Amino acid sequence: MSMTAAVGRTHADPHHIGLVVEHPGPASKRIVTAYGFWVFLLSDIVMFSCFFAAYAVLSGQTADGPRGSEIFEQRNVAIETVCLLLSSFTCGMASIAADVRNRFWFYLGMAVTCVLGLIFLVIEFREFADLVARGYGPSRSAFLSSFFSLVGCHGLHVSAGVLWLLTMMAQVFAKGFRADVLRRMMCFALFWHALDIIWVGVFSVVYLLGSAV
Amino acid sequence: MSDQTHVHTGHDLAPGEEEQHSVGERILGYVVGLALALLLTATSFFIAGTDLVWQPSIPVALIVLAIAQMGVHLVFFLHITTGPDNTNNVLALAFGLLVVFLVVGGTVWIMSHLNQNMPPMDQIMPMRR
Repeated sequence: MSMTAAVGRTHADPHHIGLVVEHPGPASKRIVTAYGFWVFLLSDIVMFSCFFAAYAVLSGQTADGPRGSEIFEQRNVAIETVCLLLSSFTCGMASIAADVRNRFWFYLGMAVTCVLGLIFLVIEFREFADLVARGYGPSRSAFLSSFFSLVGCHGLHVSAGVLWLLTMMAQVFAKGFRADVLRRMMCFALFWHALDIIWVGVFSVVYLLGSAV
Repeated sequence: MSDQTHVHTGHDLAPGEEEQHSVGERILGYVVGLALALLLTATSFFIAGTDLVWQPSIPVALIVLAIAQMGVHLVFFLHITTGPDNTNNVLALAFGLLVVFLVVGGTVWIMSHLNQNMPPMDQIMPMRR
């Protein structure tokens, strides 16, 4: 064993604890970006928890208006749920295709995700329009105010997600699978999966608990 | 110098990113996640409308199923694991969950006590008669 190697080891192990740690340097930009977006998503979930708390408090305050069990249609909610679940799956397929730089499967996965997201939005919009037309708009009772703000906020997120999705397809079309485009794609996939998690809370707490109790 | 242990501190994993797997294994992960999520969703919708189980247990069952499904989504779609390369992601998630439980649990707790101590007007009026 040469002298220089021993000196080098002493440098890497300054406190002589018999443990040499090889530091790899700062994290890559891909990790930093995704971690920052992960923190944003968690703060978004905290914001949704405020809407959930408001709904939990106000769900009984119907002001002689309709109760949840009278206005919710389980069949529509089931279709919406299946749409979002399948779109989460196809979004995962699209991100795998982006990682292996396969344009055909990327476009196909994103297009199916977009269509499923739009079906979800159309069903939700028709449900809202139907409620407002029957006089059960958000101003009817505290229960309906909290219902519209919680479910509508999720719907706004899905709308923003669809716009982002189309932007990602355009960016891949125009710029190809560059590193920055792949980072954005990873953030989009995180966003879409997080929306699905929030929808699990929405359909369980609002629609199923609302019609069961 | 053979008592020294070389520790390789590899980089962390970004949230949503998997360890190195082949494409087939990654697709299989998503398929398993989708199947589990569909199963849990179907169970939720079945439980909500059935007469087969004790009725007061239904809300608890729905909440448990929802939490289970969120876990499935986190593991199979967002790839949050307990591995050492995921520590940062898990810690951020844990803090987010802490705030969520404080907000939701605290709100429900406080507001139910307020409702008991200060009933709304339509519940007070019958008492005065």
